[in-house]
Amino acid sequence: MTTTAAAPPRRRSRKGMASSYPTWFYIPSAVLYIVLFGVPTLAGFYFSLTRWDLTNAEFIGLENYVQFFTESRLLKGFINTFIYGFVTSGLKVVLGLALGLLLTSSILGRGYLRSTIFFPVLVSTIGIGITFKVLMDPFDGLINQALATIGINGPAWLTDTSWALFSVALVDVWKGVGIATLIYISGLVAIPKDYYEAARVDGASAWQRFRNITLPLVQPATATVVLLSLIGGLRSFELIWAMTKGGPGFTTDVIASVIYKQYQSGFFGLSTAGNVVLFLVVTAIVIPVQYVLNKRQVEA
Amino acid sequence: MKNSRTRRFLLGTVGITALALPLASCSVGSIGGGGDGGGDGLEISVLIASSGEGAETMEAMGEAFTAANPDISVTVETQPGGGEGDNLMKTKLSTGEMNTIFGYNSGSQLQGLKPDENLVDLSDQPWVADLTEDMKTVVSGSDGLYGTPLGASFGGAVLYNKAIYEELGLEVPQDWATFASNNDAIKKAGYDAVIQSYGDPWTSQLWVLGDFANVAAQDPEWAAEYTANNRSYTEQPALQGLLNQQEAAESDWFNEDYASVLYDDALAKLANGEGAHYPILTNAISAIAQNTPDKVDDIGVFALPAQDAADTRLSIWLPNALYIPKSTEGEELDAAKKFLEFVNSPEGCEIQNEYLTPGGPYATSACTLPDDAPPMIDDMQAYVDGGLSAPALEFLSPIKGPALEQLTVEVGSGITTAEKAAAEYDADVVKQAKQLGIDGW
Repeated sequence: MTTTAAAPPRRRSRKGMASSYPTWFYIPSAVLYIVLFGVPTLAGFYFSLTRWDLTNAEFIGLENYVQFFTESRLLKGFINTFIYGFVTSGLKVVLGLALGLLLTSSILGRGYLRSTIFFPVLVSTIGIGITFKVLMDPFDGLINQALATIGINGPAWLTDTSWALFSVALVDVWKGVGIATLIYISGLVAIPKDYYEAARVDGASAWQRFRNITLPLVQPATATVVLLSLIGGLRSFELIWAMTKGGPGFTTDVIASVIYKQYQSGFFGLSTAGNVVLFLVVTAIVIPVQYVLNKRQVEA
Repeated sequence: MKNSRTRRFLLGTVGITALALPLASCSVGSIGGGGDGGGDGLEISVLIASSGEGAETMEAMGEAFTAANPDISVTVETQPGGGEGDNLMKTKLSTGEMNTIFGYNSGSQLQGLKPDENLVDLSDQPWVADLTEDMKTVVSGSDGLYGTPLGASFGGAVLYNKAIYEELGLEVPQDWATFASNNDAIKKAGYDAVIQSYGDPWTSQLWVLGDFANVAAQDPEWAAEYTANNRSYTEQPALQGLLNQQEAAESDWFNEDYASVLYDDALAKLANGEGAHYPILTNAISAIAQNTPDKVDDIGVFALPAQDAADTRLSIWLPNALYIPKSTEGEELDAAKKFLEFVNSPEGCEIQNEYLTPGGPYATSACTLPDDAPPMIDDMQAYVDGGLSAPALEFLSPIKGPALEQLTVEVGSGITTAEKAAAEYDADVVKQAKQLGIDGW
């Protein structure tokens, strides 16, 4: 609509038109954002301070938050969230960088390998969850059967309390490492070859080249991967729900599944309080991490 | 210049109208209400959980109803069972988009839907007089009666394989000690003594829930006192249920794969004689009748034994019911009421007998059990006729915490002890009590 007005405004005061253009384009998105995200978020903050069922919301102050932190099972979910978030994030960074290095070198079938590594990202999380749940079945699952043929007694991946959370984390890494690799590849190819040549001429070893050229110059990519995977990991829900529903018992409960269970039972106020806690936790972790990572960036 | 100004103005108006038109067509009330009113006949829709035979039953019921009332057609919509279905249901009710009729649990779960505010009062309907007193209590709110039973009542008890019992010469246990010695003998013979299926966590609750009738036998006021916050699971007689589960886990009576086995697989194990006992709801017999019909006669049932044989009772669950939400009005409301009458008619009862293989006695005198009912039901009838049964806790008290199934999985898996789990469950139900606004919590 407004794009056809490109020609006429020349005669008008250019400054006025030039500055109000971007504003007009911004308004539709702003309206959508405020109505669909801003208002519900603020409403959520309010409802988290109430006891809320289908029809009434009775104001009870911080009681929901107190309950959230004093019930040992809810607290366990909290701790599991941190473990899950940091483990998946750490593994994605390390594996992503390793795969990125592999897939930017000249190896056979590079294009094919890139597609293979990336394809799990595109598959539905629930589908992956259900598939791996079947594969990881302690008695009939393919993984344990395959291990049995080489003589290893596979653990009960999803029903042993010491393995359950890590099994789900591993599946999450398998699914998400494609994105990390993609980001690292784009970061790696942006490093000018001259640096490597100069270093090789000066007699630097492969490890020295990696540590002093690659790592610092790929910092922006690392920052991105760490932030994205951390935010995703802390908020993760679908995979855990599809694989274990927070079980066995409470072993793989994370904040998101705790929130969902409270919602299922009809404790809408408590569940909203959990959401607010999750929001604050993710913000509290991610903002300092982002600050530290961006400070350490080196311009290429 | 002026041309462009007018053009801009026109384009702006057209653009805004183009945006606004789709919004105008989204009137929430007309979606999903089930009454498009198009065509010759009236259409009513029934929402039912997809687990079990509910969907098939309602389809058959709908067809038979339309045959008797040609101007009303019935469509059946399914939803996932359990907690996921709960979400959907509560959302639909709160946005006024519920189907014409829906099926749901009776008892305390019903109270969570706020029946007095959301459901149509049916206390003036002709079939109400046929309901048993227990049934009437569990489909009522404080201001009226809201549902009609679908299917028979069922028990929470121990299904056992008669073939194994015959082979080993065992007697049906009346007290816990006999049950324990039976299990040891069965284990020695190489069978799984007790089948557990924690792949479907809700099945782990039967040790506690199935024990309630025994608790009520020892303390008849327990349910009322529990609602008033004067009883606790950390004390006897209620603690026994969890202690039993812990003992069962520690005595190694469970099947090897108890942590991942699913409900249907567990039933197959029981029917095929791999395991001897399975503490579960007796409506499982209809799944057994469907999957392994030649083994149905091998299955018997006994109530979960109390420590003292004099206290052993059968815990009874009253059936799910069909309800009408307040969003159903006018012609549809009349059609819906007709449909519920049909469910209670001899034709409707026949369909219930055929599709929902009864897992226990009926909760209304309008329906009688078929002649070829599984022999297991005779076992149950003996308890009911002898006055040795009681409704399960969820029908006598609205207090049930959401974490019970996780806690019982933990006790059965040996992750925690019975006392700890009891204490945590007591803390868990506080949420439910406060949410329902009950005094004393």
